[in-house]
Amino acid sequence: MIEFLQQLINGISLGAIYALIALGYTMVYGVLRFINFAHSDVFMLGAFVGYYAVKKLGVPVGGLAGGLLVLCLAMSICAIVGILIERLAYRPLRSRPTLSVLITAIGVSLLLQNLGQSVFGANPKAFPRLFPETNLHLGQLSITSNQLLVIAVSLVLLAGLHFIVHRTKTGTAMRALSFNATASSLVGINNDRIISFTFGLGSALAGAGGILYAMNYPSIDPLMGTMPGLKAFVAAVLGGVGSLPGAALGGLLIGLIETFVAGTGWSTYRDAVAFAILILILLLRPAGLLGKSRSDKV
Amino acid sequence: MLPRSQIVLLISLITAGIISASSSRIDDYILDVILGIGINIILAVSLNLINGFTGQFSLGHAGFMAVGAYAAGTLTTGPGKVWFDASGASPALLFPFVLFAGGLTAAVVGLAVGAPSLRLKGDYLAIVTLGFGEIIKVILQNIEWLGGSRGMVGIPSYTSFFWCFGAAAVTIYAAWALVNSTLGRGFLAVADDEIAAEAMGLNTTRYKIIAFVTGAFFAGIAGGLYAHLKGYISPAGFDFNKSIEIVVMVILGGMGRHVGVVIAVVLLTVLSEKLRDFGDKRMIVYSALLILLMLTRPQGLFTWKPARKAITG
Amino acid sequence: MVEIRNLTVAYGAVTALHKISLTVNAGEIVTLIGGNGAGKSTTLRAISGLIRPRSGKIMYQGTDVTGVPAHELVARGLSHCPEGRLVFANLTVDENLRLGAYLQRDRKRIAEELDFVLTLFPRLSERTTQLAGTLSGGEQQMLAIARALMSQPRCLLLDEPSLGIAPLLVKSIFDQIVALNRTRGLTILLVEQNANLALEISHRGYVLETGRIILSDHAAALRSNPDVQEAYLGA
Repeated sequence: MIEFLQQLINGISLGAIYALIALGYTMVYGVLRFINFAHSDVFMLGAFVGYYAVKKLGVPVGGLAGGLLVLCLAMSICAIVGILIERLAYRPLRSRPTLSVLITAIGVSLLLQNLGQSVFGANPKAFPRLFPETNLHLGQLSITSNQLLVIAVSLVLLAGLHFIVHRTKTGTAMRALSFNATASSLVGINNDRIISFTFGLGSALAGAGGILYAMNYPSIDPLMGTMPGLKAFVAAVLGGVGSLPGAALGGLLIGLIETFVAGTGWSTYRDAVAFAILILILLLRPAGLLGKSRSDKV
Repeated sequence: MLPRSQIVLLISLITAGIISASSSRIDDYILDVILGIGINIILAVSLNLINGFTGQFSLGHAGFMAVGAYAAGTLTTGPGKVWFDASGASPALLFPFVLFAGGLTAAVVGLAVGAPSLRLKGDYLAIVTLGFGEIIKVILQNIEWLGGSRGMVGIPSYTSFFWCFGAAAVTIYAAWALVNSTLGRGFLAVADDEIAAEAMGLNTTRYKIIAFVTGAFFAGIAGGLYAHLKGYISPAGFDFNKSIEIVVMVILGGMGRHVGVVIAVVLLTVLSEKLRDFGDKRMIVYSALLILLMLTRPQGLFTWKPARKAITG
Repeated sequence: MVEIRNLTVAYGAVTALHKISLTVNAGEIVTLIGGNGAGKSTTLRAISGLIRPRSGKIMYQGTDVTGVPAHELVARGLSHCPEGRLVFANLTVDENLRLGAYLQRDRKRIAEELDFVLTLFPRLSERTTQLAGTLSGGEQQMLAIARALMSQPRCLLLDEPSLGIAPLLVKSIFDQIVALNRTRGLTILLVEQNANLALEISHRGYVLETGRIILSDHAAALRSNPDVQEAYLGA
């Protein structure tokens, strides 16, 4: 039972990170209908912004304020990078077939990874301690403060996202655009601006995810985004691509399933599990758990 | 009298045989690069076939290559070696059957992967094949009798010029024949408009699956050739980057154009040999090239006909 | 208010409009009539900036607006209520209406306009918290018009407001259109299958056939034109 609770907490904190990344995939899919492969590398970039903020800029960490400052810095820089990627690589292809955009996104992803290897170096780096760390003991249950922090920060960010999407004008415009781009431009929405905003928002969440991930898996490298990115993508499909609550739920489920599989004798297959789920969900319920099936336009 | 395309195939095979007979005179390194080109041609043309019929890319083509490589390697090096030796036939005679077995295994796996995802509309094939490529890697890493993550070593080098380019010629022929079959042509004519295709009574899914399985089959053949060329295979050698490399070749050559793709393969294989010393800079050039190409010449480098404009309503 | 000169629009290789010219004066209701595929909706889409014409000029309030994107034209007082209604099915009625006033920053004016359109279409006021996708076809049409009005346009492009709607409702929608024209001086360019009804409320009309304007006249004259009667008025 203790074992189970322990895994549950581990799974939730991993799932929270997947959820943050998955939201970016799903939001971009909502407004542009394509898979932004470079998203996982923006996540990687978030971790490296954190690393350099501490190592090179000397942001004082170890207290709550310094850690939060690093988090905000990573989110802002990732947002800017996300907006630039869309602007330079995706926007010129707006009227082209999805396949072209998809391939470009793969190109951007590879470019970021390889630039990362050449600029940051290919060797894994130890991620600095951002927040004070303690272990909380509840009976035999052991929770690290980082795990709690991951869950708390994710919850705050999810609440913030919910507020933006449902209570602000720009958020309403995002939902309008994801329903129909023609209709949204006819009410005076500048679709390009909303798409930029969406990329910024999604990339900021990915940046936060990168920091939180690095805090719990304390070594980072330029290829670190690939696996969590793919799993977060599966999470987005599991929840129903385009659905924000779906992405959050999917992330949580993938995190939990992966943690429980890792805890059994099948631990070497933990990376394959997410893809097995992907194929199952596509077979059984392609619209995802919370997604609505969308009929193709004639 | 054979049809012209089959004559071309026959001539190609004979030429490959003649060159193969004198291949001992070619410098080892250069021969290695040339055989690499042959294998890449098989991979790129088979992927191009999938792209042509489904309008999507398999992002796990290296996965099918891995299946073929391991299946073939198992027969000549792994547990299957027992039968291989027991048959008493000469390896050169058995090799085509080994390759065929590798291709067949890849085709069966291709059917299992393709059938569910090709029924769905949208980008699902790309996603599922991407996931499949990763799963294959993990599974291979966990099978001890295949060498696990250390890989399979000591594979005999049976891959000759003849088998390599013979297989390449057959791949091109098969891709050509499938596209030019009466039904294939009908399919492609209406493939842009699936609703129209279905209205005409074409089972679009069946066609996509046939193309996909054929593509997987030839990727498996390429894998077998690769294993018996390098003498060593490991799961990490068939990763996402390898799949992307094949995708880049197809895009550079122009989707749906086999001649362009062959030129692109030659160019890229030679280029990447030249850039080998630059290490990670090579991949930076590669990815930047891919982006620039999509932004400026999405129809490919070697295609001069303008890409068909999409009709937007 | 709107003037089109020699407008040609093509979708790929298919030419949808061949050098058409038309004028809509301030305060007028002008109707485009024509069969299916004649190019009526395409004309509206070109004016509102949804598609780029191949050649020709579109003038709005005396300035050339050819190639100006749709969202900028909304800011200049041109509102297009598209065919097939295109309400945001995933948003509530209230959110749909407020999006109509997306460019309006003055909260007070948004509130006033909201009151105005809800008195125009009282049915909607009972449904403000409902998702637009759950409304009936007629209600969605009202919502689409109401949303188009929320931007306080000077010129409204209205595409097939009667499509798929019960006749009784059509009558009430058309009454409101006339009222808007009379009380607010709203200029309206109307596309309508039901040519009879449209010409009844219009000042002038144009007849489109396979991408060309073949006839233009005062509404009354068009209604009494035997060719028009035979082809479009079901006489």
